[in-house]
Amino acid sequence: MTEQVNPVYPTTWKRPPLISSATLRWSIILGAAIYLALALGTMDVKWSRVAEGLPRGQRFLDAFFPPNFADNRGVVWDGIQESIWMAVIATVAGIMMSIPIGLGAARNLAPKWVYLSCRAIVAGSRTFPEVILAIFAVKLFGFGPFAGFIALSIGTIGFFAKLLAEDIENMSAAQAEAVKATGANWFQWVNYAIQPQVMPRMIGLSVYRLDINFRESAVVGIVGGGGIGATLNTAFDRYEFDTAAAILLIIIGIVLVLEYASGYLRKWVQ
Amino acid sequence: MPLIETSDGPDWRRRTTKQEFMIWFGWLIGTAIVVYAFHLISEKTIWFFVQDAGTQAMDIGTRMVPPKISYMDKLWLPVWDTLNIATLGTVIALIIAVPVAFAAARNTTPHPIIRATALLVIVSSRSVNSLIWALMLVFIFGPGVLAGTIAIGLRSIGFCAKLLYEAIEEIDHTQVEAIEATGASRAQQILFGIVPQVLPTFAGVGVFRWDINIRESTILGLVGAGGIGLQLNGSINTLAWTQVSMILLVIFVTVLISEWVSAKVRHAII
Amino acid sequence: MLRLEGLRKQYRTGDLALKGVDLEVPDSQVMALIGPSGAGKSTLIRCVNRLVEPTDGKVFLGDLELTSLSRFALRKARRRMGMIFQEYALVERLTVMENVLSGRLGYVGFWRSWFRKFPKEDVREAYRLLDRVGLMDMADKRADELSGGQRQRVGICRALIQNPELLLVDEPTASLDPKTSRQIMRLINELCAERGLAAIINIHDVMLAQMFSQRIVGLELGAIVYDGPPDQLTPEVLTRIYGEEDWEATIGKDEDAEDEDETVPVAAQVLTGEAAS
Repeated sequence: MTEQVNPVYPTTWKRPPLISSATLRWSIILGAAIYLALALGTMDVKWSRVAEGLPRGQRFLDAFFPPNFADNRGVVWDGIQESIWMAVIATVAGIMMSIPIGLGAARNLAPKWVYLSCRAIVAGSRTFPEVILAIFAVKLFGFGPFAGFIALSIGTIGFFAKLLAEDIENMSAAQAEAVKATGANWFQWVNYAIQPQVMPRMIGLSVYRLDINFRESAVVGIVGGGGIGATLNTAFDRYEFDTAAAILLIIIGIVLVLEYASGYLRKWVQ
Repeated sequence: MPLIETSDGPDWRRRTTKQEFMIWFGWLIGTAIVVYAFHLISEKTIWFFVQDAGTQAMDIGTRMVPPKISYMDKLWLPVWDTLNIATLGTVIALIIAVPVAFAAARNTTPHPIIRATALLVIVSSRSVNSLIWALMLVFIFGPGVLAGTIAIGLRSIGFCAKLLYEAIEEIDHTQVEAIEATGASRAQQILFGIVPQVLPTFAGVGVFRWDINIRESTILGLVGAGGIGLQLNGSINTLAWTQVSMILLVIFVTVLISEWVSAKVRHAII
Repeated sequence: MLRLEGLRKQYRTGDLALKGVDLEVPDSQVMALIGPSGAGKSTLIRCVNRLVEPTDGKVFLGDLELTSLSRFALRKARRRMGMIFQEYALVERLTVMENVLSGRLGYVGFWRSWFRKFPKEDVREAYRLLDRVGLMDMADKRADELSGGQRQRVGICRALIQNPELLLVDEPTASLDPKTSRQIMRLINELCAERGLAAIINIHDVMLAQMFSQRIVGLELGAIVYDGPPDQLTPEVLTRIYGEEDWEATIGKDEDAEDEDETVPVAAQVLTGEAAS
């Protein structure tokens, strides 16, 4: 019998690094370190002011226990209502306008120039936060919820049309082809082949967008676009922390309700 | 897909009569809500301004062109500040979001009360817009980049933790079971079984939120929390429209770049 | 080696998965567990290392009563039992080496495992096992880059690096093609013979069970209805376990192995009891 040589096995092992090229790895790490140093360095913090502010923060937190729902309740209620309704019609109007734009922004649906112009519209309405849109809307349409409604609607178009277009582009070509093969005209094709595939997700997204719009509607008031934002700002300016706390809790509560409703709606759609 | 009895024999309809009624009723309620909402809002709208909007738009439009390129010198620092607010804020949020997510996920939470607390933290953080957080923090810490960074951080905790905990709940449990069967401790099960599965989601969520935060950071300056929003606010108030259009251009380019980076990184991760 | 006394499991839904099972597995015995789906095979295996908590009854590993152990003591006891899973249950995003080394997690502290600082002996053993199953050059590949058979072999290494006294194998061939199934079953048998390991192998393929085990236990609706050597598995017995069917075709003969140009190794012949009578 030949003597079997016992193979020698390595006794150390290291995990292969995430990025194999050592130069790339180190340059990323170094770059990140330099960036952090610069960023923190240029951050101009007046620690004395921070120290001053902490007791104010404490007063603010104390105001949550208990929050004041009674004073200013008329103004608060008005503001909340305005925010809710603004969010609702902005979502509805935005979605209605998004449908044609979204259909036009899908590469597999639209001719090139329609595709490009729709994509441009989507990009334009997505780039700027709703607050900036609200500033311009206020300049154009005057103070009040109408400006907020316009700003939120445009924001909705950017959000919704993009996702709708992406969903249409990702849909099953086979299903669409099958319907086309029956000789359906363009509208029937959309109704039977595309709509059923994208509808469930779109319904979920609509409720999500309603949620976002409500949260944004609470803010556009700060620049004059109506809603509870202005009331909140005023409450802070007047040091009425308990009212501010009440407003914040109401906002959180409504968002909770919307989330719960959206979960329920999504299950119902399945 | 029900069969309905008619006088001519069985007929196929898409929905039962009851379902059709419910849908019709639903549309009725929906339309009523929308009409009511619009009525409420139009009451508060000064329609004269709305009609005037066209002329206003033309007026502002002509004043905004061409953008004041020379203003760029004053914009570099604010852009840098905006970038930092977004980046540092996202990093802080991610660090805090990890334990919150593990506390909120059904399969990793130590106790139902801890889970409820974590979920409450997530909802509160999500419901309040970063501009409102900024408002409060400017009040406490004074104007500046610190308030903005913390505001972005606070808002992003909810977003990141929510997506993270959903990912943690959706992992493949047999992988964790296998680790458990070797005699590993609970912590090791999480480290070896759960963390590798959610790591891609973690990175994707982080980059996604960073992209959104760049957009949100641009407006924090409106309440004094640093960034390019300060310049925007100032320019609008002084009606320096060519400066305003320059700022909008800078914001547009910044958002474009951050979106491109975000999409590239997320593609590489998958 | 392993003793089950009156093992019962009732799920919260009311299903009685195991109805007081008594079983003894001596050292170095490879035992196959067969039965229809829902018979309780998976439950039984998982009750042994308490991945599923039994409602009643006792499990003894040697002299140690597993069912009475605290969580901490249970972890130490689990090190003595290696488990192999149906869908391999590898952590897909980790490399092959990390998956194999994760078998040693019961012996290594948390921080050492975080930094992947496993002891030298463990690393050497990991490489040795990978070489034994023929995957030495795949050590640094991600687990999801491997084929099904390769992944199952990694799973086997992970179980064996624990240096266990008992192997719990849950449907190792369920996701594999027929040829790979045989290779895996053969490998498990050879390794058990080399190390003197006892094994309980949950398997739905009756022919493989007969070819590769020394003893077959048939489970039906949570109770043992057959316990004996593979060659006594007659069509009547199979009807008792699975129900009425044409069982002649299922009871395996060596001709099937020869059809595929493979000779059944001596070890397997011994294990199936052919040589034993």
